[in-house]
Amino acid sequence: MLTRRSVIAVSSLAALVALGVAGAGCSKKVAESEIVIGSFLSLTGSDSTFGLDTKKGIDLALEQANAAGGIKGKKIKVIYEDDKSTAAEATQKVQQLIDRDKAIAILGEVASSRTKAGGLVANAKKIPLVTPSSTAVEITKGRDYVFRSCFTDAQQGDVAARFVREKLGKTKVGLFYAAQDTYSSGLAQTFRESFEKRGGKIVVSKGFQKGDTNYTTYLQELKAGNPEIIFAPVYYNEMVPIARQAKQIGLAGSTFVGGDGWDSAELLEGAAAELEGAYFTNHYAPDVPWEHSKAFMAAFNAKHKAAPNSLSAQGYDAARMLFDAISRASDLTPESIRVALTQTKDFKGATGILTIDAERNANKPIVVVKITGNAFKYSTEYSSQ
Amino acid sequence: MKLIDALMTGLAQGGMIALVALGYTMVFGVLKMINFAHSEVFMMAAYVGLFVIAAVGGTAHPLLAAVGGTVVAMFACSLLGITIERIAYRPIRARTRGSKLARVTPLVTALAVSVLLQNLAQLLFTARYRPYPQLFQNTRPIIFVVAIAMMVFLELVVKKTWFGKAMRALSTNEEAARLMGVRTSRTIAMTFALGSSLAAVGAVLYCLDQSQAYPTMGFKIGTQAFVAAVLGGIGNIPGAMLGGLLIGIIGEMVKLTSYSGGVDVLVFVVLILVLLARPAGLLGTTRVEKV
Repeated sequence: MLTRRSVIAVSSLAALVALGVAGAGCSKKVAESEIVIGSFLSLTGSDSTFGLDTKKGIDLALEQANAAGGIKGKKIKVIYEDDKSTAAEATQKVQQLIDRDKAIAILGEVASSRTKAGGLVANAKKIPLVTPSSTAVEITKGRDYVFRSCFTDAQQGDVAARFVREKLGKTKVGLFYAAQDTYSSGLAQTFRESFEKRGGKIVVSKGFQKGDTNYTTYLQELKAGNPEIIFAPVYYNEMVPIARQAKQIGLAGSTFVGGDGWDSAELLEGAAAELEGAYFTNHYAPDVPWEHSKAFMAAFNAKHKAAPNSLSAQGYDAARMLFDAISRASDLTPESIRVALTQTKDFKGATGILTIDAERNANKPIVVVKITGNAFKYSTEYSSQ
Repeated sequence: MKLIDALMTGLAQGGMIALVALGYTMVFGVLKMINFAHSEVFMMAAYVGLFVIAAVGGTAHPLLAAVGGTVVAMFACSLLGITIERIAYRPIRARTRGSKLARVTPLVTALAVSVLLQNLAQLLFTARYRPYPQLFQNTRPIIFVVAIAMMVFLELVVKKTWFGKAMRALSTNEEAARLMGVRTSRTIAMTFALGSSLAAVGAVLYCLDQSQAYPTMGFKIGTQAFVAAVLGGIGNIPGAMLGGLLIGIIGEMVKLTSYSGGVDVLVFVVLILVLLARPAGLLGTTRVEKV
């Protein structure tokens, strides 16, 4: 019994290995007539919506580029790998994409922790990587091959502080953030620095335990500090219960200001009424008055039969910015693509006109979105500098 | 005033934690195993509740929807609990009885079932956060009353019914109980059903009050409930209630301080201190195991 089982196991393993070798042989042959780009995203796991939405944007950019004849007479091929929403898998998948699939550039990740892991590999192997939406500052720092097509948390926190201080004219602000979360506490910190520099005062600051769902006591503490505005840079899934519980203790939705973590249709589905009048900084709004965004929206609607969210728009931009750099590069080596990426200037993306700076970050507009009438509405925009 | 508000919130929160903790403690009492899949039963209940509430009409009939959602979730989760026990735990219990592995293997199986259910939920319902409709203005008093009522009901079941007697007998000595004519398999299945339905009540209340439904939602409250069960003395039913209420209240008190971001740190410090002073938990008794 045991021997027969192990025979089956060994033979099926051998078959798998043979298949793998055959598969690898195939892709190598194809690679010569195609430009191979690797993409690692969270297609399953806890953040699967992030990966799937980004992929929709990349797919659209790819389809458009190939319909227009590809780059330098070659078709583009994007190989997707699923990192299952974990950083360890991200490291492995980027290694695979570079070593096995011979990708000459990498697109990916949304979550900063995973971009950081994947970026480490790409940088060591000298393959350019463009992240569509990781905003943590340290990701591109000191890594010559890692680029981003979105703004950073430092820029975002500064814009939120300027907006609250100058546009809304408020001076007393409360901070509410997830204490164990790099994104949330980092953004709260940059907001605090910028806001205090502009003469505002943080009257109360409350960190909450990540994963907690009972916010009543925290919110009562915030309310007791009498802030005019509460800056809550948290994710949408946390903001839904926060907004509902805030309303119960008499904190109006218009008291809240947030960051790009709020951007999700699920925020509207769960707490649109509770957040009426709230603002948040974002990459994009469905009704931005930019010509190049409208074209993207129409094309996206035609392909996916749904309105794009920020992540899709950012995926689209990252892919197109990379394609643009590849077409400008002198040849198809990773090094030339890296040089071309550093020279990206006034690139017309769906999320605004962007220029890559010396730190490999994008300078581009940051949109302030208002939640009103069960929709995200464009309110104003700031330059990220 | 602030203290009283926090205390009320803590009592409601603690009541919910206690409802889940009871499931851990009852299964431990009977089988001496920790059912790590219990938090996933809780999660499944949240989904069942959500779908039933939506089907009944949600905010149009709040009371009917809430009661209907809870009852159907209780029923569905009893079945789920029994199924898990029947498919995963019972065969392994039968095959490891008396061996050195009798403790470890069921534990690992429970972890496996937990991972399986979580991934199954992700496959069936996607990883989206699904908001519950807001059926009531203020759910906290309802939670507290329902939690206390369920605990009184459970105490009556355990102390006054034939099934409760069988459960206690089983918990004291399985072999002897079987010799005295207790149908152990059926009693164990009933224990799973009861524990799972209490978790289902907790899940629907929890979501109505403060949470969305999503596949990993069981982790946080599952950990808290497990800690509550250990704190009160695992295997001891009033202990689980006491542990749950304590954890709820301690959590809210910490939120009033400037260490609010580290609620869990303090909860675990309390657990360690209590266990150092009383290794069997607050109400638990250490009994020398006869070999």
